[in-house]
Amino acid sequence: MLRECQKNQEAINLQMVNTLDPQNMNNFSEASVSIEIETEDMTLNIGPQHPSTHGVLRLVAKVDGEKVHDVKPVLGYMHRGYEKLAEVRSYPQITTLVNRIDWVAGFSNEIPFIAGAERLMEIEVPERAKHIRLILNEMARISSHFVFNGAYALEVGALTPIFYAMEDRERVLDLIESVTGGRFHPNFNRIGGVKPAAGAGPTSKKNIQDLPAGFYRDTKVAMEKVIKAADQFQNLIGGNEVFKKRTKNVGILTPEIAEAYGVSGPILRASGVKSDLRTHTDYLPYDQFDFEIPVGENGDCYDRWDVRVKEMVESAKIVLQAIDSMPSGPLQAKVPKVIKVPKGRTYVRAENPKGEMGYYIISDGGLGPYRLKVRTASFSNISILPIMLEGALLPDLIAIMGSLDFVLGDVDR
Amino acid sequence: MTDVLIKVGFLALAALNGAIIFTIMDVKGASWMQRRPGPLHVGLRGFIFPVAEILKFVQKEDIIPTEVDRPVFKWAPAYVMVSCVALFAVVPMSPTLVVADIELGVFFALAISSLGTIGVLTAGWSSANKYSLMGGLRAAGQLIAYELPLILAVVGVVIQAETMSLVGIVEKQIEWGVPFVFGGQLIGFLIFMVAATAEMMRVPFDMPIGESELTMGFMTEYSGIRFLIFYISEYMNMFILCAIASTLFLGGYHVPLLPTEWVNFYGPVVLLTKTAILGFILVAIRWSQPRFREDQLQNLAWKILIPASLVNILVTAIMKVGF
Amino acid sequence: MKTFRPKVPGFLVGIKIVIINMLKTLSPFHSKPNVNYPFEKEKVAPRARGVIALDQEACTSCMLCARQCPDWCIYIEGHKELQPPSKPGGRQRSRAVLDRFDIDYALCMYCGICVEVCPFDALFWSPEYEYSEFNMGDMLHDKERLDDWLQTVPDPEGLES
Repeated sequence: MLRECQKNQEAINLQMVNTLDPQNMNNFSEASVSIEIETEDMTLNIGPQHPSTHGVLRLVAKVDGEKVHDVKPVLGYMHRGYEKLAEVRSYPQITTLVNRIDWVAGFSNEIPFIAGAERLMEIEVPERAKHIRLILNEMARISSHFVFNGAYALEVGALTPIFYAMEDRERVLDLIESVTGGRFHPNFNRIGGVKPAAGAGPTSKKNIQDLPAGFYRDTKVAMEKVIKAADQFQNLIGGNEVFKKRTKNVGILTPEIAEAYGVSGPILRASGVKSDLRTHTDYLPYDQFDFEIPVGENGDCYDRWDVRVKEMVESAKIVLQAIDSMPSGPLQAKVPKVIKVPKGRTYVRAENPKGEMGYYIISDGGLGPYRLKVRTASFSNISILPIMLEGALLPDLIAIMGSLDFVLGDVDR
Repeated sequence: MTDVLIKVGFLALAALNGAIIFTIMDVKGASWMQRRPGPLHVGLRGFIFPVAEILKFVQKEDIIPTEVDRPVFKWAPAYVMVSCVALFAVVPMSPTLVVADIELGVFFALAISSLGTIGVLTAGWSSANKYSLMGGLRAAGQLIAYELPLILAVVGVVIQAETMSLVGIVEKQIEWGVPFVFGGQLIGFLIFMVAATAEMMRVPFDMPIGESELTMGFMTEYSGIRFLIFYISEYMNMFILCAIASTLFLGGYHVPLLPTEWVNFYGPVVLLTKTAILGFILVAIRWSQPRFREDQLQNLAWKILIPASLVNILVTAIMKVGF
Repeated sequence: MKTFRPKVPGFLVGIKIVIINMLKTLSPFHSKPNVNYPFEKEKVAPRARGVIALDQEACTSCMLCARQCPDWCIYIEGHKELQPPSKPGGRQRSRAVLDRFDIDYALCMYCGICVEVCPFDALFWSPEYEYSEFNMGDMLHDKERLDDWLQTVPDPEGLES
């Protein structure tokens, strides 16, 4: 930087000498001396390895002092080829792969895929299976929002809320494990319902994978603690003046830009657009429960935080209502042993905790889909990064990226 | 000659012990605040883990990247450590238990503590790393900005005590009966604590370290003993600034009801208790607050703290001259 | 949507919460959420997917599990043995005998498809999880080791009414 200053000083001197030269005297009126020091931007690589990029996201930014100009995201460091893997596998096998796309909320990735296959086969899923799917979906949403709450506070600088978030999240994950057997990758959905038995034959060691004993009691305890934890987050972080100064009026996203770029989920709701796909899904019985949809006012980082904390509370209330009104019945509809989905194409959308997730399945009557296309929420959500980060300071870049809550598995698939 | 050696040895020992006590308080306090037990397996329930940490860092490889500016890189930790250890020389633990009770004790302390800025800035700049450079520049701005409220808050105490020597200030508080924090310097105390937190680069003012952005800021490229020097001098700094604050504002080694003949015995204990209480407050603030952005930090220093400290000086001077 | 406005300044409320949590950790009356791992183990749900156990008697090497595995991590080799006829003068029956049944846990995704599709109930889930090795090749569990895991398979638990 010192050398550039010296070069600029020489340039200024040269310019002054030129203007005082008698042969250039007639150009005197056009001579100008620039007083400001011209600086070059530094190209900063907020590289794939960084504590705050939620994975291996790479941003190539031009930084002038602390202001960031021209941010280009470089994606693809985590591409695992889901759509290619899906070409050679059958539906139950793809279900085991697909819950690794957004690995924080594993259950929410399986549901729209199975719902798409069921829609092509025109199967009616029993009520009990639908309710169990809804409960697990909402628990996955609570788990994902806990991760966001803890990690966002960590990026802004508060170092304790992540521990409180992880402690409460453990209870929810233990509940999911007691039902399905896996914490993050439940693999519990089957075409026609929910996995009914661990094996196909009737013996004494394998059992129907219905809800285990004690589930209702543990869930009530866990959900009440979730509501208290959300309250604690608002006390500890949401009302904190330093946090408000870091996040209010930072990264404002207007509804027009959000809708133009295909942003969905809590980010869209924080900008003021009341759109929640849960009211439009027909394969899950959301219309039987009453819950509110929190909407933000300004579209800044504080609203995105606030919307997610309130959503956590709403999900806990839905789970409490769903436990009380659980119908009884079979866990899976009658499906043939070897499932071949008839020809057709369908697109199913769902409300992932991060936004809208969609699966486009083209089936040609085989054991697996002919083509599967995954539309993930985070990929569209981070397309607004170059716009929002224009002219932001470097700490604001971290705050804005954290508030978008993306996961690299979701971005790169 | 021997008493100089004894004094130097005492300085080293006191500095190290202060750092160890505050490391334990910070890390164990952090663990308990985060609902986990903390380091458990090293010693008696984990309480001797700083010794294990020191030994661990000492035996690590000292990696120096190829592109750095070698002499500057190697000597930067020394500036920071000298600026912390030298402060231990002026803080009194009793009227006679002090390494060097100079007439200009306060002046010396503030002058030496501002030497650390050079260490931090050169550490950041000489590491050939853009993130360290940004951390170093942020640190330079922050440390220079917050020295002014620190000095101006202390000027209020000096006016009230009519002397710059630290023993003299404590004696004046004994004479007054109340420590200066209740005797008119409450605002000065708060300004001093905020400025001291910024001087130590602790959360909420740890932009230069900025763990989630710059992965350790100006200290990123250091490893082994050089990193240990930075790490320990941060805790030494914390200890000595809390000790100076308790000397200037809280009455130092004096407690009202105990007999003064035994002051050589209970003086250190009292000073340590007061320092530990202030340190605990700093630890609680560190683990609960987010960090300020750089421009909000500078805003706080230049637009809020400096005018407040100037008003404090004005009021103190008026009260002193008038009454 | 109203923003959260506390009456006390926010940072003091934060300090209070942190100190209260510290006192909760130190008091012997509150339960701790921590498990001191190598010395205490936490209780895992009985349905947790830890390791797969094999019942050799029931397996007929039908290869369904090896075919359905998404990772193709099950290796099966078997041969047919002729058995004496059940009635004198009847035809000889053949029985499948397993030579090799390996599951490579370095590849296994713990999805459970093999356990589910086995028509003879030869595979079971067990919640054991402590079988890490220093050498990647040791993660291939052969027949005898899979048989050992059979003792750890829990009994079926009660279901919610």
